[in-house]
Amino acid sequence: MSSRCEVVIGLEVHVELHTRTKAYCSCPNEFGSEPNTNVCPVCMGLPGVLPVLNQTVLEYALRTGLAFNCEIASFSKFDRKNYYYPDLPKNYQISQYDLPLCRNGYLDIEIDGATRRISITRVHMEEDAGKLVHGAAGAGYSLVDTNRCGVPLLEIVSEPDLRTPKEARAYLEKLKAILEYIDVSDCKMEEGSLRCDANISVRPAGSTVLNPKSEVKNMNSFRAVQRALAAEAGRMCAILEEDGQFVLETRAWDEAAGVTVQMRTKEEASDYRYFPDPDLVPLVISPDLVEQVRSALPELPSARRQRFMADYGLPPYDAGVLTGSRALADFYEACVGAYHDPKTVSNWVMGEFLRLLKAHNLEVKEAKLTPSHLVEMLALIDKGTISGKIAKAVFEEMFTSGSRPREIVEARGLAQISDAGALGAVVQQVLDANPGVVDDYRNGKEKALTFLVGQVMKATRGQANPHLVNKLIKEKV
Amino acid sequence: MEVYDLTAHELADLLRRGEMTSVELTGAIFKRIHDVDPDVQAYVTLTEDQAYEAARKVDGERGQGHNLSYLAGVPAGLKDVLCTRGIRTTCSSRMLEHFVPPYNATVVSKLAAAGAVFTGKLNMDEFAMGSSTENSAFFPTRNPWDLGCVPGGSSGGPAAAVAAGEASYALGTDTGGSIRQPASLCGIVGLKPTYGLVSRYGLVAFASSLDQVGPMTKDVRDCALVLNLIAGHDPLDSTSAPMPVPDYTSFLTGEIRCLRIGIPREFFGDGLDAGVSEVVKASLAKLAELGAIIEECSFPHAEYALPCYYLIAPAEASSNLARYDGVHYGYRATPDDGGEYDLMEMYMNTRSQGFGAEVKRRIMLGTYVLSSGYYDAYYLKALKLRTLIRDDFSRLFDQFDAIVSPTSPTPPFRLGEKSNDPLSMYLSDVYTIPVNLAGIPAISIPCGFTGGLPVGLQLMGPVFSEGTLLRIAYAFEQNTTHHRARPPLKGGGPAAPGTREAGGGGGAARQEGGMRS
Repeated sequence: MSSRCEVVIGLEVHVELHTRTKAYCSCPNEFGSEPNTNVCPVCMGLPGVLPVLNQTVLEYALRTGLAFNCEIASFSKFDRKNYYYPDLPKNYQISQYDLPLCRNGYLDIEIDGATRRISITRVHMEEDAGKLVHGAAGAGYSLVDTNRCGVPLLEIVSEPDLRTPKEARAYLEKLKAILEYIDVSDCKMEEGSLRCDANISVRPAGSTVLNPKSEVKNMNSFRAVQRALAAEAGRMCAILEEDGQFVLETRAWDEAAGVTVQMRTKEEASDYRYFPDPDLVPLVISPDLVEQVRSALPELPSARRQRFMADYGLPPYDAGVLTGSRALADFYEACVGAYHDPKTVSNWVMGEFLRLLKAHNLEVKEAKLTPSHLVEMLALIDKGTISGKIAKAVFEEMFTSGSRPREIVEARGLAQISDAGALGAVVQQVLDANPGVVDDYRNGKEKALTFLVGQVMKATRGQANPHLVNKLIKEKV
Repeated sequence: MEVYDLTAHELADLLRRGEMTSVELTGAIFKRIHDVDPDVQAYVTLTEDQAYEAARKVDGERGQGHNLSYLAGVPAGLKDVLCTRGIRTTCSSRMLEHFVPPYNATVVSKLAAAGAVFTGKLNMDEFAMGSSTENSAFFPTRNPWDLGCVPGGSSGGPAAAVAAGEASYALGTDTGGSIRQPASLCGIVGLKPTYGLVSRYGLVAFASSLDQVGPMTKDVRDCALVLNLIAGHDPLDSTSAPMPVPDYTSFLTGEIRCLRIGIPREFFGDGLDAGVSEVVKASLAKLAELGAIIEECSFPHAEYALPCYYLIAPAEASSNLARYDGVHYGYRATPDDGGEYDLMEMYMNTRSQGFGAEVKRRIMLGTYVLSSGYYDAYYLKALKLRTLIRDDFSRLFDQFDAIVSPTSPTPPFRLGEKSNDPLSMYLSDVYTIPVNLAGIPAISIPCGFTGGLPVGLQLMGPVFSEGTLLRIAYAFEQNTTHHRARPPLKGGGPAAPGTREAGGGGGAARQEGGMRS
């Protein structure tokens, strides 16, 4: 895109709160149940029913608002957003309009080593709709699954402070990390518990005007958000260079084609006829409640990152990666609590552990490998029982099988050979087989020693104690 | 007096003394229904089997010496806007003609737990929108005092049934006068409780900030007894007041000396029928005679109540009734040619065909006033007016224990007389609507007759003053005989003795059993 084209992005994120029950009835809030089983007259919107707010929803919303540094309203209320759609049994959504629970917050993101503060306009409570399951093409019907109706949602709206698709992604990652830290949502985009719509516009660099925006929908991963915004920014910058004639429109991201496609323009926009929901009493939020929630907030990612640097002497990069998710940071701290060298732990967690999680597409909590596995393995290295190289194989097996490191070492005979007698014979064989290299070493070629050690390691399938091998070669040559 | 003419507490006493079983009583009420309902047309659905089953259960428990609720075994009717599990709940609308709720309204559960014997579901204006019960999608109900007249509405079915002896008492609902106005027109007692005193869970919403369920009874003691059964906090209704409820019969002392009663002059102005005015003024004299201090007062914003109501109630209704779209339950339009509608056609045809004219009028009005660009001018302004009306009442209640007015500006009118003139129909509720806007309680009690037709007196009090209202109502009742009058209904045909010349379709009997399931 042209350097004179500045991109302006704001994000609207919806997160499902993982409360035990739904927002306005006592049905279970569960993903993946048989269609239309987690339902009752209230969430199915039958005639005569009334909503009653689940207090945990309010608590989670307050927690979220405080974690995002928002002002908490002392008086808030629920409004009805009226629109017709078959997945919305009441044909209105209980939401919050002009008096949201939280507003004027911010989120700090790290981008290319610098910190950027992204303002958060508001955080408000609302309910989710059901899902339509469309019959086969030409079948002439769609089915409605109302399990998701009434699942509590938070809508988190940012100011248009983001300037690149990459920043947008960093914002989402930070937002997700915080929501996980404060334990209010599963944040699984693939299950729809975190959803993101983006508002994007462009303008000549240095200008302060806001051109008509596109609202981009249908992005199902953080990567998709970044790609979709890049594609849309490219399209809009081209328009800016051409004639600057923008249309206020809603566009859908086509993942396969890598382009955004127009869904509707402003002329077709709905009038939601918001008005206060007379079935729910206004919320009066006492300062005591706010303080109670604030004092119970866990340590947030930024603070933890600072602490990891200070307490464990980690470089900023390590601290950032390790505190990127609460589960990973918890894993790390459990290891460090039982092992003396934080940096060594960091290397293993950031290296092998993250690599294997990614390769197996697992979450930290799903891993069979626990902190005690890693600590026990590190102790085996320190005692000289296994080498660092063998340890990688042990680690991988612990990861896949969940077996204890000692068992793996014994079962597979991976213990280091530290017996000078046994190793001496192997060393002699290698020296006899490579007379030329031995001569090179005698003539001062240090690289020759490395080669010879390598040959011994190869002959012992990596189990020879490398220090001892070094020593024996030097003695014999 | 016949059994069906007795009050609920008189019947309860018969049952307790063993002079009658609940099954016998239920049989007497159903005989009455079969005799007169072809004329009155109060019931949409009869639940005879379930009623006998409930009656047998109460008789059995009484036989075993169980400690039963006072009104156990007494037959009661329900306005067809209250959800009943397994029994269709139509709101007298085509839209819900075959809708069978899977759950009971809280008030229904409470009465059932107290051993009520439900006779059936009673006719009403469609979705409780109307003042004559002529807006029922099925048939109009007639006034037992004159079959050519309307029973009022929207709780016309319950009022007519209680007046005609087709139910010993009934539950109605009141959004702008829908309990009090028909109670007045049928010569019975009807109470609209304080907003939040009685649970709305399972009451099919018309205007959520105004709707309340209340008793419709033959006398004030029955009213207090039924209120005892239905009042109280319900965790399923966020707007239900979390506070203890007194025994309302404890207020029935007959003593009202030195109670201060205000008479707002705005409620006695243009549009008040001279006959009604005369009867009401005589009633005020009676209250004074009983020792109450009667004083004229002013209610400055009275004239704004009706327009305010007709902005707020339709606005809420437009949203509340959005769910009737043919997708999940209720009526769904299908094309005559056997083809298929697309979603938008299905929505539009379902709602065009499923709703009657008055309901559609109010949905359109409500949609309009909430629309972008009109919200501030209409809905928001109406909310401000509502506050002013509430303030008027507050000021009056600093000075008075209760305020008294006619319930309805006119006696029962003829069927068809106002059905083509919505504005004159809306004026039927001009004295009752301010009460709903303020959320306060009010009761209508029989206070006399004009031209052989009943007149009701409305008593209004501050929030949660039901006890005081019942006290005044009871004292008045104990010193008058109006509540003992019974309509001269004989049954067996449209031309019952005492009936005025049948007009406006008064002689046209409903198709027998047509709507009953």
